[in-house]
Amino acid sequence: MREPKLRRRLFLNGLFRTGIYGLAFGALLPLFLILIDVFVKGLPVISWNFLVNTPKATGETGGGIANAIVGSLMLVTLATAMALPIGVAAGVYLSEARKSRLAYFTRLAVDVLQGMPSVVIGIIAYLWLVRVMGKFTALSGGLALALMMLPLVVRGTEEVLKLVPAHIKEASLALGVPHYRTVLRVVIPCGLPGIISAVLLGVSRIAGETAPLLFTAFGNRFLEFSPLKPVGSLPLTIFTYAMSPYQDLQAQAWGASVVLIVLVLATNIISRVVITRWKIQF
Amino acid sequence: MRRERLFRNLLQLAAWLVGLNVLVISITLFWGASPTLRHFGPGFLWSSHWNPVTDEFGALPFLAGTLATSFLALALSLPLSLSMAILLGEFLRGRWLSNVFKSLVDLIAAVPSVIFGYWGLMVLVPWVREVEMQLMPLGQRLGIEIMPYGVGVLTASLVLAVMIIPNTASIAREVLELVPRDLKEAAYSFGATRYEVVRSVIVPYARSGIFAGVLLSLGRALGETMAVTMVIGNTNEMPANLFAPANTMASVIANELAEATTAIHYSSLVAVGLVLFLVTTVINFIGTYIIKKMTVQA
Repeated sequence: MREPKLRRRLFLNGLFRTGIYGLAFGALLPLFLILIDVFVKGLPVISWNFLVNTPKATGETGGGIANAIVGSLMLVTLATAMALPIGVAAGVYLSEARKSRLAYFTRLAVDVLQGMPSVVIGIIAYLWLVRVMGKFTALSGGLALALMMLPLVVRGTEEVLKLVPAHIKEASLALGVPHYRTVLRVVIPCGLPGIISAVLLGVSRIAGETAPLLFTAFGNRFLEFSPLKPVGSLPLTIFTYAMSPYQDLQAQAWGASVVLIVLVLATNIISRVVITRWKIQF
Repeated sequence: MRRERLFRNLLQLAAWLVGLNVLVISITLFWGASPTLRHFGPGFLWSSHWNPVTDEFGALPFLAGTLATSFLALALSLPLSLSMAILLGEFLRGRWLSNVFKSLVDLIAAVPSVIFGYWGLMVLVPWVREVEMQLMPLGQRLGIEIMPYGVGVLTASLVLAVMIIPNTASIAREVLELVPRDLKEAAYSFGATRYEVVRSVIVPYARSGIFAGVLLSLGRALGETMAVTMVIGNTNEMPANLFAPANTMASVIANELAEATTAIHYSSLVAVGLVLFLVTTVINFIGTYIIKKMTVQA
């Protein structure tokens, strides 16, 4: 027979186990609730017209979010165009010159940038561009998003290039290939899936970002293709419609949420598939 | 050879750009905040009057709002996220189910904050309002004024708590996996139960790492903007209690910067941003430092 003390210990262990499982499921519960709510309330709103029309005047029913979709795509493109070249180059530098003083400071800067609240990054873009140009522009929104994306790209590139085995690089160098060609033709291609994955992760993070856009891209009810004008974006649309008193607009905010969440989760999941499925085996 | 040098210079330039960037950002913030810092001095931090109409600016209500929401959110989310970390890092370690859970946790981190905010506004706010209605008589008896707004510090903390679960959980899981196997197996070989191993071997070993994870989540919570802005009620006064509407440093910037007209108003908002930047940076640095130290040790 089990002694009472052992029984107590086993009971505690069982209690602990149940508690851990219960609380861990509790941690995931809100995620399911949110996803269910978004899709149940948002899917009925979505139609072809919702995706290709711009908003109607306040009070009229109908209208869509085409301005926001175009704006979001534009902002993400602008941000990627700014963050990608600098980010990848800095990442390559960090993986090549691991111990230099510049590398140390750059890593420090990446750490700071990564932890910086998005609203503070928005202030920066506001001071650098909006204040100077005297108007809200898509460009300033793109700059804010680029600053958020930059640390992810630098980190991702550095981490994945560090994993490229030294003997592959040395084989290329031993054949007399110059260092820069070795990096461009051997090291970077080996790490390409990782770099793409880092960029996609960055895109998925900035696509849903709202705070810095409030005072940079500002929002626009009309289709706008110029980077020097204010543009709308999906998260901004959700925010303004959410805070409006009209039930019609609130319903549209659920619809926009579905579009945004599908875009963000899709890029997020693709970025993960890219790194696991497309990995080069050494 | 020339191309070689060009290539090197380009890489160095990119690294410099990233480094300088942060330097210029800090300088910009100080420069933008300087009118306020000169005009109000350090009193800016402990004056509780924020009134754009009379050009009076003090950041205390937002400091209070930020600290209250962040710490409450931390307290609410810790049991959940640590359980998740123990489940992933110990109970299910190496099993396929662990990967499923890990992906789901990462999914929480991927949901845009504006969607958390909207969900909070439409689903959580009515629910909190209901609870506040029930609590009103009790509050009256205790002398606490509870107005059933639904929005306020409590609601913001609830939303924040969900949002920071993935941060704490993933860092804590990584730290738990650093605990040496022989320590755990030694304990098991003495006949310790899983609970005893977790309590007396794993947690003491991983304590500083878990603390670092909590710090990093705190850094995230302090700077979180949209979700909080949408459910906190946005008043520029000191929150009287947990049920009162308030504003955080991030939410006041989000609310007012685009509409700031006077130079001192907008400079004060930049000053709030500067404080937020300094606080989150220090907290993040302590967090990453502890984790780096732990990873090197293991």
